[in-house]
Amino acid sequence: MNDIAIKIENIGKMYRIGAAQARHDTLRDALVARLRRDGRSRENEILWALKDVSFEVERGEVVGVIGRNGAGKSTLLKILSRITEPTMGHAEIHGRVGSLLEVGTGFHPELTGRENIYLNGAILGMRRVEIDRKFDEIVAFSEIERFLDTPVKRYSSGMYVRLAFAVAAHLEPEILLVDEVLAVGDAAFQKKCLGKMGDVAKEGRTVLFVSHNMVAVQTLCQRVFWIDAGRLKAQGGVNEIVTAYLRAGLGEDGANERVWPDMATAPGNETVRLHRIAVRPEDGVPGDVITMQTPLCIEVEYWNLLPEEHLHATLHIFNDQGIVAFTTGPVADPVMHRRPPAGLFRSVCHIPGSLLNSGFHHAGLFLVRGSTSTTYQQDGVIGFEVIDNAERKFAWYGKEPGVLCPRLHWSTEYLGGRV
Amino acid sequence: MEATKITLIRSTKGRRGLGLGLADVWAYRELLYFLAWRDVKVRYKQTLLGVLWVVLQPLVSMVIFTVLFGILLQVDSGDVPYPVFALAGLLPWNYFSQALTRSSTSVVNSAHLVTKIYFPRLVIPLSGILSSLVDFAIAFGALVVLMVVYRIAPTPALLVLPALVLLAMVTALGFGLWLSALNVKYRDVNYLLPFLIQIWMYVTPVVYGSNLLPERFRFLLSLNPMTGVVEGFRWAILGPAGVGDYLSAPLIGVSVAISLGVLISGLIFFRDTERTFADIV
Repeated sequence: MNDIAIKIENIGKMYRIGAAQARHDTLRDALVARLRRDGRSRENEILWALKDVSFEVERGEVVGVIGRNGAGKSTLLKILSRITEPTMGHAEIHGRVGSLLEVGTGFHPELTGRENIYLNGAILGMRRVEIDRKFDEIVAFSEIERFLDTPVKRYSSGMYVRLAFAVAAHLEPEILLVDEVLAVGDAAFQKKCLGKMGDVAKEGRTVLFVSHNMVAVQTLCQRVFWIDAGRLKAQGGVNEIVTAYLRAGLGEDGANERVWPDMATAPGNETVRLHRIAVRPEDGVPGDVITMQTPLCIEVEYWNLLPEEHLHATLHIFNDQGIVAFTTGPVADPVMHRRPPAGLFRSVCHIPGSLLNSGFHHAGLFLVRGSTSTTYQQDGVIGFEVIDNAERKFAWYGKEPGVLCPRLHWSTEYLGGRV
Repeated sequence: MEATKITLIRSTKGRRGLGLGLADVWAYRELLYFLAWRDVKVRYKQTLLGVLWVVLQPLVSMVIFTVLFGILLQVDSGDVPYPVFALAGLLPWNYFSQALTRSSTSVVNSAHLVTKIYFPRLVIPLSGILSSLVDFAIAFGALVVLMVVYRIAPTPALLVLPALVLLAMVTALGFGLWLSALNVKYRDVNYLLPFLIQIWMYVTPVVYGSNLLPERFRFLLSLNPMTGVVEGFRWAILGPAGVGDYLSAPLIGVSVAISLGVLISGLIFFRDTERTFADIV
């Protein structure tokens, strides 16, 4: 017996960007374009969302698909779900497919929870008798018994998502294609969903799981495909590929280390030039993975061109939403000479572990003369990713809210008294 | 053990066989049922009068047309009272216009489904055709009441009614397939549709009988399949008195042939364009 569940060969998907933008066009546009015969000019606006992707998934495997936004992960899932056709190549799927590209597809706000269970179930490919059989289980899983006959437009978003996931979780395909569904719901419900996903895997079904959530991928999957710019960049064991992916991510919007060897061309002005800036774990080198617990250093090296001028560096640390997490500068720096010579200096900022939240951060650098006037300033001088590490397994899988995520000391004591 | 189902995925551009995908629709008949059921359920939610609207709409039109054409313009309705004559024409026409509108806008309105899940796309326009039947059946009750009031007894011709409803469905589906597929790419369809339906109604003998036209021009009417449906409908319900000498087998034959032609070409067009729906809708 053949043990392959999914086999894809040289799959490619091409989009015409020009044409895609002119989508809601009118007949008139089409007629004009045809008359002008300018169809040719659009041909250079071709985008291969996926190209030459080949891989195999064995029956019973739980495989993760990772990659940056726009890398082609969702396109791959849409092709395997038969929502869209590949432009080239082909794929074979052995078994009944259930695909979950979002939770609650086809939910109608005017219909009640009960009615939506049937509608959504049918849309996901369940038979009516199957829904009848699982109905009580779905309701119990969703925890919305009391609101079963309320239109879902009156639901809170949490209830809506719980009901939607509950229906989806009771699909019984041989092959399950899932896109980011864990990014929803509250912590307790996420835990439940993840448990359900784990059960699905244990039952020997094949799962292809697309996610940005490395914690979830590492928990659920054994093997990972890494899609980058529409191509299969790497595949292999989950830890190996996830680590490689995270490392590569560090260099995305600003390398973890930037060096300007030549003073003449380095950024700066007549009083100061930058030589090097780097981010590294306290006990590592630039490029090493930084997790939320890692203490880290930001090193700034600069040439002070004017002797006897007192310079100091100040950093503004921004999170991925452009919010300043904090600003920091040296308070009292004993190494600093009273009347410093001209030459190369290095300032190091030590950021303790368990302070920053996860996500991409970037730093703005200010070089301040005599603690009053900024002599040089550069935004986004360096960037680094803080990884959400897997320590909180089976709890909340989403990002903690907040600009910072410090680990603080708590104490609780009993004060006595009657209740 | 059940044999494993193997799905082959590849570009079907230029690889279409002769099949129209009807077997796929059959496999997804439960989804078709649920989508039609949803349409019906949702339609009159949060309205005061609810399902009463289904009856009110044709009745109000009937009153307007009776005043306008029956009383003021003295349109000849044969031996049948004009209100009954008008309602018997309005019912199949309203069904057709509703089914056509729903199916034509259905794919675009279901964009959130089309881009997120696979199922035979044909199910979408079909559900519009089917859900409109419910309204039709309810409105039909109003006609029955009106016939009792006017003491008009049905004739055995009533037995051909289902066939005429089927013909209306086929016609609406055929045009609906063309328009819904075109609508995905060209939203002009949304704007065109109300005019198309209005003009179409006036070239169909809904508020007048086809005997209004000189005999030598009547063949023009027969090119419109809805002529056969509407006149046939009157004949089936009111008997020959409602239609005069107009209705004939050749007329129905032409209507059927044109409807089937549009349906088959619509199925082919829909089949050949549906593979791009998710990318451009």
